[in-house]
Amino acid sequence: MSRELEIVLNSIWPILKAGLIVTIPLSLISFAIALVIAVITALVKLSNFRVLKFIFSTYVWIFRGTPLLVQLFIVFFGFPKAGITLDPWTAAIITFSLNTGAYASESIRASILSIPKGQWEAAESLGMSYWQVLRRVIAPQTVRISLPPITNDFIDLLKGTSLAASITIADMFMIGQQITAFTYEPLAIYSLVAAIYLVFCTVLTTLQSRLEKSASKYV
Amino acid sequence: MDTIVSFTDMNKHFNEHHVLKNINVQFNKGETTVILGPSGSGKSTLLRCINLLEIPQTGTLEIESLKVDFTAKLNQKDRLSIRQNTAMVFQSFNLFPHMTVLENVIEGPITVLKKDKTKMVSIGEQLLEKVGLLHKKDSFPSQLSGGQQQRVAIARALAMEPKFLLFDEPTSALDPELEGEVLKVLKALAEEDKSMIIVTHNLNFARVVADRILFLENGEIVFDGKTEQFFNNTENERINSFIQSMQFI
Repeated sequence: MSRELEIVLNSIWPILKAGLIVTIPLSLISFAIALVIAVITALVKLSNFRVLKFIFSTYVWIFRGTPLLVQLFIVFFGFPKAGITLDPWTAAIITFSLNTGAYASESIRASILSIPKGQWEAAESLGMSYWQVLRRVIAPQTVRISLPPITNDFIDLLKGTSLAASITIADMFMIGQQITAFTYEPLAIYSLVAAIYLVFCTVLTTLQSRLEKSASKYV
Repeated sequence: MDTIVSFTDMNKHFNEHHVLKNINVQFNKGETTVILGPSGSGKSTLLRCINLLEIPQTGTLEIESLKVDFTAKLNQKDRLSIRQNTAMVFQSFNLFPHMTVLENVIEGPITVLKKDKTKMVSIGEQLLEKVGLLHKKDSFPSQLSGGQQQRVAIARALAMEPKFLLFDEPTSALDPELEGEVLKVLKALAEEDKSMIIVTHNLNFARVVADRILFLENGEIVFDGKTEQFFNNTENERINSFIQSMQFI
């Protein structure tokens, strides 16, 4: 067996393991929080509460307008200067969920806006309250429409967690860097890391098309 | 006759545009009123002011014991209870696409009126039977023709057991051959003495179904009277020219 192949084969498990215990949980936790933030942000931005709208728009503006890596550094390395010291996982989850929340809020807002005004009117004319309209009529349709853009946001997040390596989290990318450091095989090892990300993302897109199919029964 | 809806000194503006001018009108129980008028005359807006999809700036609306003064801020409770007393059928049907036909019909009573679901299923099926669509109860709206969708929308409106029904150009989006099936349902409802207010462009239909005609022009009620009077009103030039323009063939 060639030396490169042997190194690659021996590296699969350590990298994959980092994926299973770091990349995936970090992505899932951050995404779950991001979704909550995104729904609230989208609803506020569609509401008439001026002050709240301004606050949430500013949040989206800042997080979409600055690099994720810089955001991570500010939260992890910068905040201790202001007396807020966070452990790497907390810093990563806060930054990733706020960042993805900003993008996902726009995906959700656009999906809600794409639902015809007649749906609101029909529901309101039955005497439904705002929350009833949202829950019974708007939300189920929003889920279907926002599935592709939200999956996009999730995929971006999953790949973006590789930046957590820069704030000392031993994710797939960091393990890859460590293996490269003593094997001197950057091409083979980083390609392996990329391949595992690709597998994770493929699972996500497959899940997306399954969900899309079941959510589109009525179309 | 019992008045169930009335506007007093009602005015509606869209920005600078004065859409409805000092409207004073009553609608009566058991009566079918058809609102006619040229495009942009404010007839749809008048209809939408009744269930508060549009909010006038001044005047009052009374629906049975409920009274709303538009100069004051409208409270949510009055808004919802007025809507629960009315039901609307739209030009573009607006069925809920993610629900089956039967689910569409019983959604309002279950969610809003908190009716029992099993009871509503059998009431919903009766209503679908009435509009001739019981066999489609498990279909989704996207699987129905326009005329069928509109008949489901009528069943959905009836399921709320409203004090009266509002129809906003219910056949304008339909092909002529589908229009007939919807008009037939409306005619049957009129014969049952349901209280209905219908905005339409179809003069022949108005002649057959209406007890009373309102004719609007530039946001004002120009004519309010019996159907026969309207169609025999040869001395009123505006009405005459309107009727002629609609019967160009």
